[in-house]
Amino acid sequence: MESLLITILVTSVPILLAGTGELIAEKSGVLNLGVEGMMLTGAVAALGSVLIFGNPLAGIFFGALAGILISLIFSFFTIFLMTNQVATGLGLTIFATGLTGLIGEPFVGKTISSLPKIEIIFLSDIPFLGSIFFKHDILFYLSILLIIAVHFFLIKSRYGIIIRAVGDNHDSAHSIGYPVKIIRLLCVGFGGMCAGMGGAYIPLVLTPHWSEGMTAGKGWIALALVVFASWLPFRLLLGALIFGGITILQFVGQARGWPFPSQFLNMLPYLVTIIALSIISIKTRSGNTLVPSSLGKPFLENN
Amino acid sequence: MLIFTPRTIQSNHWVLIGPLISIILTIIIGALIFKMLNYPVTESLYQVFISPFSRVDRIADILVKACPLIIIGIGLIFCFRANIWNIGAEGQFIIGTLCAGSFALLFPENNNHILLLSMFLVGFLGGALWASIPAILKIKLNVNEILVSLMLVYVAMLFIDFIVRGPLRDPMSFGFPLSKPYPDGAIISKINFPGIGYLGQLHYGIISILFLAPFSWFLINRTLPGFQIKVFGSAPKASSFAGFNKNKITLGVLIMSGGMAGLAGVIEVSANMGQLQPEVSFGYGFTAIIVAFLGRLNPYGVIIAGLVIATAKLGADNAQMILGIPKVVTGIFEGILLFFLLAGETIQNYKVSLKRNS
Repeated sequence: MESLLITILVTSVPILLAGTGELIAEKSGVLNLGVEGMMLTGAVAALGSVLIFGNPLAGIFFGALAGILISLIFSFFTIFLMTNQVATGLGLTIFATGLTGLIGEPFVGKTISSLPKIEIIFLSDIPFLGSIFFKHDILFYLSILLIIAVHFFLIKSRYGIIIRAVGDNHDSAHSIGYPVKIIRLLCVGFGGMCAGMGGAYIPLVLTPHWSEGMTAGKGWIALALVVFASWLPFRLLLGALIFGGITILQFVGQARGWPFPSQFLNMLPYLVTIIALSIISIKTRSGNTLVPSSLGKPFLENN
Repeated sequence: MLIFTPRTIQSNHWVLIGPLISIILTIIIGALIFKMLNYPVTESLYQVFISPFSRVDRIADILVKACPLIIIGIGLIFCFRANIWNIGAEGQFIIGTLCAGSFALLFPENNNHILLLSMFLVGFLGGALWASIPAILKIKLNVNEILVSLMLVYVAMLFIDFIVRGPLRDPMSFGFPLSKPYPDGAIISKINFPGIGYLGQLHYGIISILFLAPFSWFLINRTLPGFQIKVFGSAPKASSFAGFNKNKITLGVLIMSGGMAGLAGVIEVSANMGQLQPEVSFGYGFTAIIVAFLGRLNPYGVIIAGLVIATAKLGADNAQMILGIPKVVTGIFEGILLFFLLAGETIQNYKVSLKRNS
């Protein structure tokens, strides 16, 4: 039971991180469908840097950096050249899938050392809960702190309000004098950083070796998670845990010999995503004010 | 700094020049990436873009490779023109193939032509059915079609895997996950040119494009639904003032593109594999998105675009065999190409001028 809960928590980290980043980007009005690609980039950068420097912590740094860098491509085209965000994001994922395949080719068959577990003093001694929540790697703690920080940042801080203003009505925000494009560039960059770290988490903790397209749709699930969470950070956390649980269900099912073909268990995360999106759409059909109103619309600066 | 002013009249020559410049820029950037990763640049580019033209049978194979891309791409035009983002053609391709394949294996005694024709129909319906899931969810509940159509790709992949390893597995396949071979009537044969013989893998399925492209062109440019799709996609408000039925358009374009993807799958598998296997598509559904954009959402343009992309795909296979470059590199080219095509659209729609910061 204990180890099962730990696995669920750990499995939800990549989509939680990627979802956190995308939430900020979308709050600023940019829909970046390149999450899957940015995660892959983070994963390959993390893996490569650990192989080079031998230190898993380098993996976090370079994963995040690679995520930021690749998000700049997306920002350049969508924010400054006003290209269609859906198509550009798709292009980013296609591009990154190819690029990471090429970069990752020499890494095939090599295994890296995982991030060390850090026990938090006193807290890790609590029976049961201690070993579930307080014996994890640093990126795990970071992902939890980050989502809490994002919650308060968006609601309480001045900058959070500015981001929301830009996402809700870029023309008004612009006429008040906020630099819409710069703000969006930063938000998308933050999204890239988080997706990069989320991707990095996969080789650094979950499966310590490279395989092409190893994110296996996690980026897309993260995107769905943001919608499912109605752009609310704590609901995102809850959603990520649910998806972590569902992903683990397939392994549990196989281990316990449930009488379903494994393929059907493997379908669960994707099917549940569809069902979750449908349920949330029923609930928010009438005038949801949480959706950033300018989401996906290009901003044309007139001056 | 750059200033963008919307154009009142679209710049027409960009429709043709845009894709050309995009291709050239893509090759340049691709070369730089090869250089950075220490692959031989000229050799790599030669393999990817030129080697597919080096023999007649290789040129024929470009047509074969382009066939599914073009058929799916033509279907996607309907969606993209309506601003409906079906990115799940890969799944629709798989389900179409699976339905038609199961049909052929269950009713093998049919007369040859009737069997193949009914497979086309069943495949179209299967793909259309799969695509109607995101359509209905969007119409009824306003669920984002992008995510649903994509999630269904994974579901479709797992489903065909289950079918081929389970119910439809050939007991004589020595444990391989393969269905029984299709009956003869379900096979699309290779073209035997009199006096020349076979050219690569060239098959009769190619001919379908000669019907599908003009038919789609006519539908898009000369009929009321085609006009409605265009207005709905480019000016949704005008479309609703005109009283066009939003739901019908959404369902229509998704059925059309899903059906075409299914049809592409039937042709591909009947001509090249002759049985069901866990992997029937090799990313055709995703590549076709690029093909549709490169072809400027025009059926004839899509034919040319399909040939261009198919060339690069085959070239990448050669590059993998000869230079050991993983063939996923085509993804790099496809992604960059899409970026430039989209940027080209901006130049087509806006007048770009330079202004000094004051």
